[in-house]
Amino acid sequence: MDLEYGPEYDDFRSEVINFIKENEGVKLSGPMRDESRVNWQQKLIDNGYFARSVPKEYGGYGGDMDIIKLRIIAEEFAKSPIPKAMGGQGIQMLVPTLLSLGTEEQKQQYIRPTLRGEMIWCQGYSEPNSGSDLASLQTKGELDGDEWVINGQKIWTSTAQLAQMCFILVRTEPDAPKHQGISYLLMPMDSEGIDRRPIKQMTGDSDFNELFLTDVRIPAENIVGSRGEGWQVANATLGHERGSLADPNVTQNRLNSLIDLMKTETIDGQRVIDKPIFRDRLLSIQGRLMAQQSNALRILSSQINEGQDATLAKFIVKLQGTELRHELEGLAIDAMGELGTLYEDSPHLRDHGAWQQTYMYYLGLIIGGGTNQIQKNIISERALGMPKEPKVQGA
Amino acid sequence: MYFGLSEEQKSLEENISKFLSDNAPLDAIKAVADGEEVKADEIHKGIIELGLSGLMVPESYGGLELNMLFATVVSSALGAGTAPVPYAGAYVMAPIAITLAGDEDQKNEWLPKIAGGEKVIGVGLSEFVGAREDAGIEFNKGKVSGRSLFLIDGKNADAYLLANKSGELFLIDSSSKGITVTELVTVDKTRTSIELTLDKVDATLLPGSSDLSVIEKVLDAGRLMLSADTVGASQVMLDKAVAYSLERKQFGRLIGSFQAVKHMCAEMAAELEPCHSMIWHAAHSQDSSAEDARLMACQTKAHISEVGKQISKTSTEVHGGMGFTDELGLHYWFKRIGLNRQLLGSPELIREEAGKLQGFDQ
Repeated sequence: MDLEYGPEYDDFRSEVINFIKENEGVKLSGPMRDESRVNWQQKLIDNGYFARSVPKEYGGYGGDMDIIKLRIIAEEFAKSPIPKAMGGQGIQMLVPTLLSLGTEEQKQQYIRPTLRGEMIWCQGYSEPNSGSDLASLQTKGELDGDEWVINGQKIWTSTAQLAQMCFILVRTEPDAPKHQGISYLLMPMDSEGIDRRPIKQMTGDSDFNELFLTDVRIPAENIVGSRGEGWQVANATLGHERGSLADPNVTQNRLNSLIDLMKTETIDGQRVIDKPIFRDRLLSIQGRLMAQQSNALRILSSQINEGQDATLAKFIVKLQGTELRHELEGLAIDAMGELGTLYEDSPHLRDHGAWQQTYMYYLGLIIGGGTNQIQKNIISERALGMPKEPKVQGA
Repeated sequence: MYFGLSEEQKSLEENISKFLSDNAPLDAIKAVADGEEVKADEIHKGIIELGLSGLMVPESYGGLELNMLFATVVSSALGAGTAPVPYAGAYVMAPIAITLAGDEDQKNEWLPKIAGGEKVIGVGLSEFVGAREDAGIEFNKGKVSGRSLFLIDGKNADAYLLANKSGELFLIDSSSKGITVTELVTVDKTRTSIELTLDKVDATLLPGSSDLSVIEKVLDAGRLMLSADTVGASQVMLDKAVAYSLERKQFGRLIGSFQAVKHMCAEMAAELEPCHSMIWHAAHSQDSSAEDARLMACQTKAHISEVGKQISKTSTEVHGGMGFTDELGLHYWFKRIGLNRQLLGSPELIREEAGKLQGFDQ
């Protein structure tokens, strides 16, 4: 057991700290793709604080894949209000996919602008009738000369109102078994025949859209992997999304805010944190979080040390992390009582309504990214070796 | 950076598991539970031969001078095997207390004998943690009077290590005059429990224990041992549930192919897997005197007790009616986890302590 990163990383850490100090005043305010945001993103890349291991020729920093350096960067940036690197599904899911499975042309064309934040992507996976059973998707892709013609409907497409591109799963081999009939295509969002309709959520925000696709034509070469291999291509990136949904370090920040809140809010003049049942709930959540933080260290260690297995430890992150976060936000609401139900711009509103907003948003994350019931199927089948449900005829 | 067990720690765990599966199978556990003390003594001798009694004793007193991480590895393996042997009190808490707070005479008298497996010390801290039945002891002019309940490893012990309410620790020879021992029968027949009634019994103070940090370290160590025991026992209960679900058929299918059963097992795994890491982390925090070592020990005991409770219930349910029988013997793990939960503070009590540690009262 050794939790030290080693003296060889001390220099690197001071380098990161210096960079953060020099850039403390940077504030970004414009919309996505604004020049100031793109410049900042590029500066992070140039210094190796973002896209660190992506090769130079594709617009990355071209550094080694050193997990500890990535960890140090994340730790130091988290301590400062300095703007963080942009995320999103293009950066988190598409770039890793293209790096491992894209053609040379695709890498050249898409990775650099995506990393720089100039090109925003949305994900065209779920359909109204294909949620948990994603592989049953029915949106059609037919080759007509040197173009794919796409027809169908997608749902839960985030940032579709801003995106220029969509990585989309379509059925191109209707006669093949369902997992072998899907292809992974890259669809420009300014193509003719795309109708975007925002979905208003329970939070009141609209983070997602429906996409209606009618005879959308895209070039034949806009395919990643071969025809019928789309399911494998997509699965190569789903892991990236799940890991990022429930980072225990972010939950730790929320726990600290919750403790502050419970020390400030009062009932009949008594601080909420001094009420034993409220305090006990708070401490239960802290105990669960500590277990998840230890679990995260084990996963980190398995990425650095060859031969250390953390398969099950990884499978449970999304399930455990989203449930805990939802409960944490819910305790804050209970601590505020009636005040916890205030929303929008009501008088007496606390923290701009963030607790209520996040409480509902995390219910969305319990459902999204593979519902937590699907996560339990995955854990039981892949980690515990339990059998799949018997197939229903025709499904 | 490496977070996990070393090769040496893994092989220690394997050695104990192998010893227990060869020498303490379920039949032997049942025999001990039915009162065959000879069988328990044999198993106890075996773990002494494995060197487990001297793990926490300094080298200069004949021990191996290993750390808390090693001790949790042992405890987890003993919990997995529902081993009917003394450990947490006799071989972890007692040597730590004497090493930290004993004078040279006390160390010379006890530590080599603990390491050699010649002496067992029962440990009674229950009244310091939270007294029941108005129990408690007072020390006056070299004599201790009062009562202490639920001593860990106290039955047939050669000496007792007791705490008063202010956290001072005392050693008492079990052959001294004025001691009445009453056996407390708990649900867990794989371990023993006693109550001591003391009437002006000769006792020696561990001089260093007037510093409260000593009993805190002893308590942390004990709580981590009980937590590791629960993690080991819970892992077996999960493994047994999965294995049973892959044997038992109903409605023409293995019950392990029903989502209801799969989700019960997935929930157990999702709760338990981080607990292994949590134990290692908490033990390492003790070994490296980390700032939050006490908080981690508290939260580890509280959280793992909750997870153990859930798993012992759910695993029994997966086994259906068989889980409720004496024949299958699953109840030995259920009860072991149940006793661990209450010893040295139930989760609610420990969380109260964890809140104070963080200054929530201010």
